[in-house]
Amino acid sequence: MGRQRGIEILVGFFMAVGFVALFFLAMQVSNLSAAVTGDGYRLTARFSNVGSLKARSPVTMAGVRVGRVEGVSFDKDTYEAVVTLRIDSAMDRIPDDTFANVFTAGLLGEQYIGLEPGGSPEFLRDGDEIPHTQSALILEQMIGQFLFSKAGGD
Amino acid sequence: MLLEGLARLGRSGLGALERLGRAHLLLAAMLLGAGEIIRRPGLLTAQVFNIGVLSVLIIGVSGLFVGMVLGLQGHYVLAQFGAAESLGVMVATSLVRELGPVVTALLVAGRAGSALTAEIGLMKATEQLSGLEMMAVDPVRRILTPRFFGGLVAMPLLAAMFSAVGVLGGYFVGVGLLGVDSGSFWSQMQAKVDFHEDIVNGVIKSLVFGLVVTWIALFQGHDAVPTSEGVSRATTRSVVHAALAVLGLDFILTALMFGD
Amino acid sequence: MVKVRGLCFRRGTNLVFDRVDLDIRRGTVTAVMGPSGTGKTTLLKLITGQLRPDAGSIEIDGEPVHLLGKSALFRLRRRMGMLFQSSALLTDLNVFDNVAYPLREHTDLSSSMLRKLVLIKLEAVGLRGARDLMPNELSGGMARRVALARAIALDPAIVLYDEPFSGQDPISMGMLVTLIRQLNDAAGLTSVVVSHDVAETATIADQIYVISHGEVIAHGTPAQIAADRSPWVRQFIDGLPDGPVHFHYPAPRLADDLLARGVA
Repeated sequence: MGRQRGIEILVGFFMAVGFVALFFLAMQVSNLSAAVTGDGYRLTARFSNVGSLKARSPVTMAGVRVGRVEGVSFDKDTYEAVVTLRIDSAMDRIPDDTFANVFTAGLLGEQYIGLEPGGSPEFLRDGDEIPHTQSALILEQMIGQFLFSKAGGD
Repeated sequence: MLLEGLARLGRSGLGALERLGRAHLLLAAMLLGAGEIIRRPGLLTAQVFNIGVLSVLIIGVSGLFVGMVLGLQGHYVLAQFGAAESLGVMVATSLVRELGPVVTALLVAGRAGSALTAEIGLMKATEQLSGLEMMAVDPVRRILTPRFFGGLVAMPLLAAMFSAVGVLGGYFVGVGLLGVDSGSFWSQMQAKVDFHEDIVNGVIKSLVFGLVVTWIALFQGHDAVPTSEGVSRATTRSVVHAALAVLGLDFILTALMFGD
Repeated sequence: MVKVRGLCFRRGTNLVFDRVDLDIRRGTVTAVMGPSGTGKTTLLKLITGQLRPDAGSIEIDGEPVHLLGKSALFRLRRRMGMLFQSSALLTDLNVFDNVAYPLREHTDLSSSMLRKLVLIKLEAVGLRGARDLMPNELSGGMARRVALARAIALDPAIVLYDEPFSGQDPISMGMLVTLIRQLNDAAGLTSVVVSHDVAETATIADQIYVISHGEVIAHGTPAQIAADRSPWVRQFIDGLPDGPVHFHYPAPRLADDLLARGVA
């Protein structure tokens, strides 16, 4: 019976190590510790162009992450992109005249949403829409405009 | 001549179909035997020991070295683009998504799968399986089912250990030897590696691989010609088939999970 | 006890049994004999329900083995013991646990009761002192006696022996011969011995069936078989090198074969 007991202890140890490894992967390697799933409140914003913004892209204020993009959909009546944001519940003082911009991290980096707070004393609540938005800058368009203005200037 | 060739092709095709049918019957019988595991968990413990605990050393050592190599090679490439801080992302993503589940499955197929095939094949060759049947004990339930579920339990845990040790190996090389900043190594990793997308999918992969590897190993043993040559052939086939199945399934699963 | 009627069994295109009839009476030792390759082991597998016949019926105690479902078959097998040619001991268990195995699987005996039963069975085969050995530490004869102890662990009504004497030295052969007879008489068993060892089998059998080419070619008491005049039976019993069963496997004439040109 001693051998059987030894096996049981080793198997228990094995399972424990396995679960610790999984826990390590979940907490230390992935974003689970910072995940906002189910937590926080929802805002929407409309953009004429979101570039390559995707679900789970970060939402930042002053460079600090305050939430995540939950989904991007297309409004077929207004031809606009509707972005749903999930904001951490601790960030409950976002003024209702806040600007939402689609920014790019670096020249070729990932796109994210930056919020620039306005001065209104009223705060956005769950389900509200951010009225002021600025769309993504598309590199090809910028180059096109640059060349056009150059040509026009001559 | 031509007809003979066609007939041979047809024969081998029918044989393969027949084997496939038997393999699925065996799988169904093993799944139906799950009740036996609940009644006698001791059977499962012994097999988790055989398949899992005894594989920890090889999995840990391989994981460490794979992670360290990833750290070296990744740093070499990323440094050219001035993105050495992304080393953590690269190491973690490749381990969690691909190398962890796949390499673990290949190693388990070689270490534990071949042993399972040989064990079952020899039990068949020495009439131990018939003996059990004569004692009114169903060998599929009593012998094969615990091994099957043992593999199913052990594989994801082994893969998790492989990935975790690999990340640490990458950290050791990247941060310890090559001077990548420790903070950005972890923070970039945490920002980019997603729990659902990467970790959960990796675990699903290794569950599927665990099922396939032990299933193939047990089937080859159970279906082996009961001679010493038959068992040795079955053992080889078990490893080859398991490796091919793992790599092929990995492609399909990757396409389903990560292909938009 | 066992009643076989019109049994036909085919392996591929090869007809292993062609309308075989057998009757095995309760409390007797019945021997089934025949040259190697006549499917004696197959017959045992058919009787125990491991194989299904293509035609005919097999009844044990009135139960049609060939028609039983898995659970009914397993219930029936608890009343059967079988001694395999290769002993079929579980190699990762010691002698004691091997004999205890069927008891642990099918009964809820307390461990002290189980221990007593196992030791009684081991005593019956003279291996009580070997209880802690592993199967690979046993000689062939000892392994077979352990397997016998295991086969009778559940006190079966019928025990089947598959080539119990093959590959045994004269001493262990003698032990096994006496054991089979003793167990049969002491425990009121019915025994079926499949063998090609004529002399040993004849000493313990009450009844002998001789099978060749899928048919019963003779049956009766050992004395009747010994007196049988048919050339088939004579060749088998007396061990003549040539007779109805030829020394040569069927082949073209030697001269034709040697003179034939080209590749085989």
